[in-house]
Amino acid sequence: MTTTAPAPPRPVEPGAAPPVVPDSGMSRWIPAAAVVVLWVVVWALTKGSDTLDLPALSRTGLHDRLTEIQNGLLEGRATNPVMQFTNAIADAFRATVAWLQELVSKPAFPRPVPQIGWLGVTAIATYVALVVASWRIALLVLASFLSFGVLGFWDESMDTLIVVGISVLLAVLIGMPLAVWIGTNARANAVVTVFLDLMQTMPTFVYLLPIVLFFGIGTSAAVVATLIYALPPIIRIAGFGIREVSTTTIEATDSAGQTYWQRLTKVQLPMARKTIIVGLNQTTLAALSMATLASFVDGPGLGKPVLQGLRVNDVGTAFVPGVLIVVMAVMLDRTTTAASERSERVARGGDRNPLRRRIEVVGGAVVALVAVYLSRTYVSLADFPTYSIGSSISQAVSDAVEWVTTTFGGVTGGLKDFVSTYLLNPVQSVLAESPWYVSFAAIALLALVFGGVRALVITVVCLLGILWLDLWNDAMVTLNMTLVATVLVMALALVFGVWMARDRRVDLGIRPLLDAGQTIPPFVYLIPVLALFGPGRFTAIVAGIVYAAPAAIKLVADGVKGVSPTTIEAGRSTGQTTWQEITKVQLPMAKGSIVLATNQGLLYVLSMTVIGGLVGAGALGFDVVYGFSRSEAWGKGAAAGLTIVLLGVMLDRITRAAADRRRDDGPGTRRAFNIRLPIGPPGS
Amino acid sequence: MRTTTRRGARLGVLATAAVLVLSACGGGSIDEQTKANEEQAADSGGECGELNMAVNPWVGYEASAYVVGTVAQEQLGCTVNYKELKEDVSWQGFGTGEVDVVIEDWGHPDLEKKFFADQGDGSAEDFGPQGNVGIIGWFVPPWLAEEHPDILEWSNLNKYAKEFATSESDGKGQFLGADPSYVQFDEAIVNNLDLDFKVVYSGSEAASIEAFRKAEENKEWVIGYWYEPQYFNAEVPMQRVSLPAYEDGCQDDPQKVACDYPETELKKIVGTDWAASDSTAVNLVKNFEWTNDDQNVVAGYIAADGMSPEDAASKWIEENQDKVDAWLQQ
Repeated sequence: MTTTAPAPPRPVEPGAAPPVVPDSGMSRWIPAAAVVVLWVVVWALTKGSDTLDLPALSRTGLHDRLTEIQNGLLEGRATNPVMQFTNAIADAFRATVAWLQELVSKPAFPRPVPQIGWLGVTAIATYVALVVASWRIALLVLASFLSFGVLGFWDESMDTLIVVGISVLLAVLIGMPLAVWIGTNARANAVVTVFLDLMQTMPTFVYLLPIVLFFGIGTSAAVVATLIYALPPIIRIAGFGIREVSTTTIEATDSAGQTYWQRLTKVQLPMARKTIIVGLNQTTLAALSMATLASFVDGPGLGKPVLQGLRVNDVGTAFVPGVLIVVMAVMLDRTTTAASERSERVARGGDRNPLRRRIEVVGGAVVALVAVYLSRTYVSLADFPTYSIGSSISQAVSDAVEWVTTTFGGVTGGLKDFVSTYLLNPVQSVLAESPWYVSFAAIALLALVFGGVRALVITVVCLLGILWLDLWNDAMVTLNMTLVATVLVMALALVFGVWMARDRRVDLGIRPLLDAGQTIPPFVYLIPVLALFGPGRFTAIVAGIVYAAPAAIKLVADGVKGVSPTTIEAGRSTGQTTWQEITKVQLPMAKGSIVLATNQGLLYVLSMTVIGGLVGAGALGFDVVYGFSRSEAWGKGAAAGLTIVLLGVMLDRITRAAADRRRDDGPGTRRAFNIRLPIGPPGS
Repeated sequence: MRTTTRRGARLGVLATAAVLVLSACGGGSIDEQTKANEEQAADSGGECGELNMAVNPWVGYEASAYVVGTVAQEQLGCTVNYKELKEDVSWQGFGTGEVDVVIEDWGHPDLEKKFFADQGDGSAEDFGPQGNVGIIGWFVPPWLAEEHPDILEWSNLNKYAKEFATSESDGKGQFLGADPSYVQFDEAIVNNLDLDFKVVYSGSEAASIEAFRKAEENKEWVIGYWYEPQYFNAEVPMQRVSLPAYEDGCQDDPQKVACDYPETELKKIVGTDWAASDSTAVNLVKNFEWTNDDQNVVAGYIAADGMSPEDAASKWIEENQDKVDAWLQQ
């Protein structure tokens, strides 16, 4: 069976349980199926003609013209005033990073060690966590910092924290004014959203070369690349929070005659505070996820050892720094969340025990200062002692992966062949081997069926853009991989999401794994996945699933959990079986979350396209890698990057429109759509 | 609540005590080393200064870079900055002074056009061969060459094409193309020699290595773009398939290529400004020359034995000080 539509779960029979609203989605599957059948018939007759296939290493005139832009910039770099300006900024970044590195991670000559050694840094970090959050969080921070050193990556961890810290600070400085702007001005919102979409979906490899041109190699490029990727969440989420402040509150306070500034600082920002903190949290995690990519242009930090692991093809080498990135993500996530909860509490009623608090603050400061002093005096407290545990772990991981690949090599090959033959190849054949105008028309029609006229218009615009960029065939192959991977992601999301929602212990057990799957750099698991499945599209799909499934599973789990217990009780009293309860009550009621999970699944999978290009999946991912690797093909890489953006916008708008058309959607779903990247602590 | 506070306080005291014990026995004082560093800095004239060494992303390159870098650091007193970059970004860095040396260049005509003096901005220059000879070609895993010796002749490839088919190759034989950084003509060669193969790009060196390793272990049929010097060949000695011999000019039109890849003399490329400076490392880089076997030894230390590049380089230098001495001569 061919599944060509984005993959919402099969609709359930409507009207089983009393509170379920009659399902308007059911009827949409009939015209959709008709479009697909028609498409397949036309495909069978016209297969192989006008597919616009372009060989992997070939380029078109348009691609060369794009390359010329980059070349022109390069030739004029000595005299370009914009570059002189950006180079001055880059110098400031470099100087700041270098200063911070001498403070905590690199020897500050003539000292043999940094100004503040590991003990001082750890003490300060723990103290800060204690002050802004709680004892529990302080212990978490302490354990995290010790793990950086014990596992042998103290310097790299500090470098990553420095780059993340500077980028997040800049993101807040630049992002908050923009957030206020889009939060108070609908037209600004529409314009800025386009740029945010572009920044979030454009593959980093495409803009790394221009960044190097404008900001140089190394730390400055790392800061800028990280900033570009980390900026959108805070603008988007904080802007959303400001917009959502209830109009009645604003009207009420306006009637008291407040100025714009008063309204902003006394009403809108404080009321949106919780959402703004969520934005800050997401921005921080996005910044961290750039750690590895920044190392492709010599950015400092944990990305370097991860790439070294890829270079020597050893999963163990990449594993330990990869896990430390996860540790850092968990630490930053939990700390910012706890800090926001605490500030909320303080804002509401103040501290329950001010005396205890004062003792904590003062006592902690004294301990931290003593630690700083000691770490400035003794080498062993400045330079983290070497332990062998890090290398033991990487050896053990390498051995374990080796065992798994030799033991299961045969089974996994079969799985790959099965999925490739029965799912990937047929769908790809229909998408990519139909004449381009047939696929074009069919996709546009499906957009109309699922999303209505608005979705149709956007889809046609996106498809025209893809056509113009001269990579139509590659776009269809990538679209195919994205769709197939999303189908598999949603299958996992439904199974694990429901299971987690129904059993709290499962939820507690699985959440940390999901967090890890979302934050561990894909380069860490590329090597074992390659060893299991060999280079090809399936390997790329597996990598996409590892990255996308956690987000989708969490969304489904939270959606199912949100179904009101009284509804479930009502069903139980009529003697429903568990299966009926899941399929007739919980899933239909959680449909908004499921559509959202599909949307996120599609975008997450699509964002792994470039990683797919590194493991033999070809198509747009390969084009981007090719453009990054050889500057004469930069234009082709840029065209591929833009094509990925257009595919992302198209899939996003179709699924959003589909969600908006569902009558049973509360504001909850739309709210969730505006807050992207739902990564969060358990139970939030 | 009270108990956690008390526990916290106790922890603090414990930690402080532990720290004091630790500091009493461990390591020396930082002040002493700082003074020593200051004196040392006053002694040395700083003739070398900084050396910005690009590190392109393959192990063989890393071996060359760290051997030269370690010699510069240990024996000339340079401050060596290793910059992990792809080729094109490295070349961009010559003009800005962010990169001084690319120690292993496989030939980049388009970059030479942009950055060499005769056609480009003159920020880079050719510093002569570094001794390694790059051999590029079509390779199969050893088990295949042993069981089907005739496969090593291109004219027999069609006979076996079906065996090389995979889920990615549309029923044809799969030819595994490489990392897109490398110069590749395989699509043209397949077409022009009428071979029943489809080129599928592995996308990265890591992906190619895993494919070859797996093929040798499980006796799978794989043929692909591969090269020497390459440490992996020590683990799995890949066998070369002969294509029609290379002749001058047979690669000039990328669409019409129907011949094997030529042997490439790997070169050193350096920044023009740096080459004109009085850094003592200029002479070292100019003189640096070693063999494929040398490089494979160091690359093997790094990739097969899991040593850090610095340790691997130091080990080789220790064992080969005579060769190093030759580079250090004026």
